[in-house]
Amino acid sequence: MVRPLPLAFTALALVVLAGAPHAQDMPPGPAAKEASERPAWQAHGLKPQNPNSPFDEVVSGLYFRSKETQEMQADDFNNPGFLAVEQGEELWSKVDGAPGKSCASCHNEASTSMKGVAAAYPKWNEKLGKPINLEQRINICRSGAVKAEPWAFGSSELTAMTTYIRTQSRGMPVAVKVEGPMTPWFERGQSLYYQRNGQLDLACASCHEKNHGKYLRADFLSQGQSNGFPVYRLRDQRLVPLHERMEGCMQDVRATPFQPLSDEFLALETYVAWRGLGLPVETPAVRN
Amino acid sequence: MADVKPRIKLDKKDVAKGGIIEVKTLVSHTMESGQRKDKDGKVIPRKILNKFTCDLNGKTIFSADIESAVSANPYFQFKIKPEETGTLTFTWIDDDGSKIQATEQIKVA
Repeated sequence: MVRPLPLAFTALALVVLAGAPHAQDMPPGPAAKEASERPAWQAHGLKPQNPNSPFDEVVSGLYFRSKETQEMQADDFNNPGFLAVEQGEELWSKVDGAPGKSCASCHNEASTSMKGVAAAYPKWNEKLGKPINLEQRINICRSGAVKAEPWAFGSSELTAMTTYIRTQSRGMPVAVKVEGPMTPWFERGQSLYYQRNGQLDLACASCHEKNHGKYLRADFLSQGQSNGFPVYRLRDQRLVPLHERMEGCMQDVRATPFQPLSDEFLALETYVAWRGLGLPVETPAVRN
Repeated sequence: MADVKPRIKLDKKDVAKGGIIEVKTLVSHTMESGQRKDKDGKVIPRKILNKFTCDLNGKTIFSADIESAVSANPYFQFKIKPEETGTLTFTWIDDDGSKIQATEQIKVA
C-alpha cells in the first residue's frame, strides 16, 4: 500500500515540468525525449482536393506511425502484408466452382485488368441499387461467374484477394465518386461519422478529426484514412480489413458495432474514402 | 500449412571468396504461443516453428532456436560468409515435426 505513492508523485512532477513556461530551458527529461520521437506527420500532407474537406492537409496514417513501421512498409520484402498478396495471387488463377473458372479466366492478368480499379471503390452497383465495396464485388463474382461459395468476411481468402486487387492500384490516388446515386450514401456516412456513440459518447470525428496528431493514452491518433486497407496490423499479426477496424473502433468507444458489410459501414467507407481523396493507395500498409 | 512458400532474398548470389551475403527470410506461420485460451477457456495448444537452420551443401552455417515469444510470420535477417559454391537450404521445423524448406543457389569465385 506504500508503493503507489512515490509513483503518483513522479507523475505529478512530470506534469509540472511539461507545463512550466520555460520548459525548453530545462535539461531534456523523459518528456522532451518523447516529443522528439513524435512522428512528423505534418510534413507529409496533401492539399485537400475538395473545398469542403474538413482537413487543412490530408495525411496518410503511415506518417502517424513510428519510423520503424514506416520502413517495414516501404520494403516489399520486409512488409509482412505481402504474404497475403502472394496468397491472393495464387487464388487469382486457382480454379474453383462447377464451370472450372478462376478470376483469371475472365480478367486475365490482374496487373493490367485490376490496375486502378480498387482506388474507385466503394462504387455504385446498378443491379443492386446500392454501393458495394471490393469484398462484395469479389463475392458477386464468386457466386456469379465462378459459381463457387462466396468467401466469409474476415476469411483469409477474402482478405488476401482484396489485398491482392488493391495492391494493383498501389500509388494511385483514391478516387471514389460521391455524386449522383452515391450522394445519399455519402450523406449517411457523413452523419454517422459525426454521430456520437457508445458509453464513451465519442464520434469518429472526436478522435480522427478534432484530435489527430495527439496522444489518446498510449495511442497516437491518425486522421483515420482508409487508403492503406487491408492493413497488416502488428498487434494482430495479420491483415485486417477496413470494416473489422471500424468494428474495433466502435468497441473501443463501448458501442455496439455495426455488422461488417452492413449498409452503415458501406456508407461510412464511402465517406471516409472521400475524406482521403487523392491519397495514394498503400495496400498492404503496415500499422500498429 | 504444408504448402507454405517462404520468401527469401539474397542481396547477391555471386561473391568473391571471403565476400558477405546478406540473407532475408520471411515465412508465414501463426506461431500460436500456447498461452492463449479459446472462447470456452481451454488452452490453445502451442504450435510454433521451434528451429530455423541455413545449410550450405548440407553443413549448417546459421541456426536459431525459436521460442514462443516470437511473433507470427517470423522474419530473419543475417549475414553469411560462404566458403564454397553450392546450395543454401533453409529449414523451419514445426512443433508437429513438419518442415518448411526452400533452397537458393550461390556461387563463390
